Amino acid sequence: MTVDAPAPPTRRAMVSPRGGTIARRGSVYLSRHPRVRLSLLLGAPLFWLGLVYIAALAALLITALWTVDSFTGQISQTWTLDNIVAVLTGSLYQAVTLRTVGVALLVTIIDIGIALPIAFYMAKVASPRAQRMLVIAILMPLWASYLVKAYAWRSVLSQGGIFEWLVSPFGGQSPGYGLPATIITLSYLWLPYVILPIYAGLERVPDSLLEASADLGGGTWSTLRLVVLPMIWPAIIAGSIFSFSLSLGDYITVNIVGGANQMLGNLVYTNVGAANNLPLAAAIALIPILIIFAYLAAVRRTGALNNL
Amino acid sequence: MRLSRPARGLLAAITAVVLALIYLPLLVVFVNSFSTSQNLTWPPPGFTLEWWAKAFQSDGALDAVLTSLQVALASTAVALVLGTLISLGLQRFEFFGRDAISLLVILPIALPGIVTGIALNNAFRTGLGVQLSILTLIIAHATFCIVTVFNNVIARLRRLGTSLEDASSDLGAGIWTTFRLVTFPQLRSALFAGGLLAFALSFDEIIVTTFTAGSSVKTLPLWILDNLFRPNQAPVVNVIAVVLVLVSIVPIYFAQRISGAEKVVR
Repeated sequence: MTVDAPAPPTRRAMVSPRGGTIARRGSVYLSRHPRVRLSLLLGAPLFWLGLVYIAALAALLITALWTVDSFTGQISQTWTLDNIVAVLTGSLYQAVTLRTVGVALLVTIIDIGIALPIAFYMAKVASPRAQRMLVIAILMPLWASYLVKAYAWRSVLSQGGIFEWLVSPFGGQSPGYGLPATIITLSYLWLPYVILPIYAGLERVPDSLLEASADLGGGTWSTLRLVVLPMIWPAIIAGSIFSFSLSLGDYITVNIVGGANQMLGNLVYTNVGAANNLPLAAAIALIPILIIFAYLAAVRRTGALNNL
Repeated sequence: MRLSRPARGLLAAITAVVLALIYLPLLVVFVNSFSTSQNLTWPPPGFTLEWWAKAFQSDGALDAVLTSLQVALASTAVALVLGTLISLGLQRFEFFGRDAISLLVILPIALPGIVTGIALNNAFRTGLGVQLSILTLIIAHATFCIVTVFNNVIARLRRLGTSLEDASSDLGAGIWTTFRLVTFPQLRSALFAGGLLAFALSFDEIIVTTFTAGSSVKTLPLWILDNLFRPNQAPVVNVIAVVLVLVSIVPIYFAQRISGAEKVVR
């Protein structure tokens, strides 16, 4: 990950440590020992993230190498690769993985396609007042519950729902419940998360650059392609991390509007709950973990992780 | 680049259409909260205020809102402290492993919620042997809320530079005084924006919540999930969603005003 600012020089204390209060002496000590300062700053958060999160993830990965005793239903700690092999070779898992990745990619592409013109209008065309109103208009739906919105789409897309009511005069019909409905609903749910970083990225593109490009003879398209796009690329990637990873793990939306379709999240969920097979669930969970790690590794160089 | 008039018009039209699409389902929710039909048929057969009255008398819903508020406030507070510490550490120092740490902060939000959920569930119950409760839920939420605070604060720190802090310490202020009087006031709006996002994230989270909340803890999303498919309750759920959207205007408006007042000319 790139960091824009060069590291600041460490500060030297300008006050001599001639006694003073404890706070004073502590402060002087700290300004002379940047390493101590750094470890005080990072100690608590790293303890939290390392202990709560990384340890939990590692434990989950280890669980994937264990197995469930078929009589007692308890996890038995015998080391085996069976779960991993089952997930890698099982045709069900391959099909569901492909479907899930396909849905996540489509949702991401749709969201970026919709977000780009809107974010551009917000950042570069709208008046400052309209701009503020638009940001509020984009943020507000985030506060309507995720579940309520997914359920609203169920009602919109249902037979005799508002979608059919709107398009039937033109000979259209509702896609019903299934993968298209899942893609529509997920795109809807994550759209604000994609618009906001791209809007913030566009805001950082100075108008003077666009004018300079025009003065030098750049047309609209070449300016967009050669000036704007390279500058907002990290923001686009940042938005895509949200829509991609949120779609990749979703199992509730597909339950509400997806008909009988399953995504990776459903397989994990069933194995944790009904099937009571945490080792297999952990093995399945490895798939989205690996995909996300590959994705993050691929986009790291763009500086996108600084734009989330 | 100067956009032609038709191009501006086209952009405005796209924006208007998409906004309409964004608000269409919310409008359906709004209208259905007054509908006499319980299974959300369209167009509504008639209108009633029954669900609004019921929503404000529903103990389950009000308790759930209170629980969600507690969880969101507590995890936002933790995220504010940890997120600020970590962004100060990463922005003001150069050291080995810095990239790894910033990846570590992003991970809880980048990995799918169900992975975070079962990992924490497994760690709490079998690893540490603790009962799931509201505390485990707050710990889980705070973990993925850190990133929103971190991103806002580190972006602000990057822009601020250190000259004011250097001036402050040159003038004899200690580290704590400098933070209190110089750094913190400049971070305030970034903290507000990050905190607001963290709050919203926690308030609406359902997947990690399913796996880390004790059985007696009912947050609003859990309550909604319980009631959404009950015919008598679905319209009440709609009422609550409408109220939440309307109430959310207040903090969003203030966040906008604060960041708008500070904004440099573009």
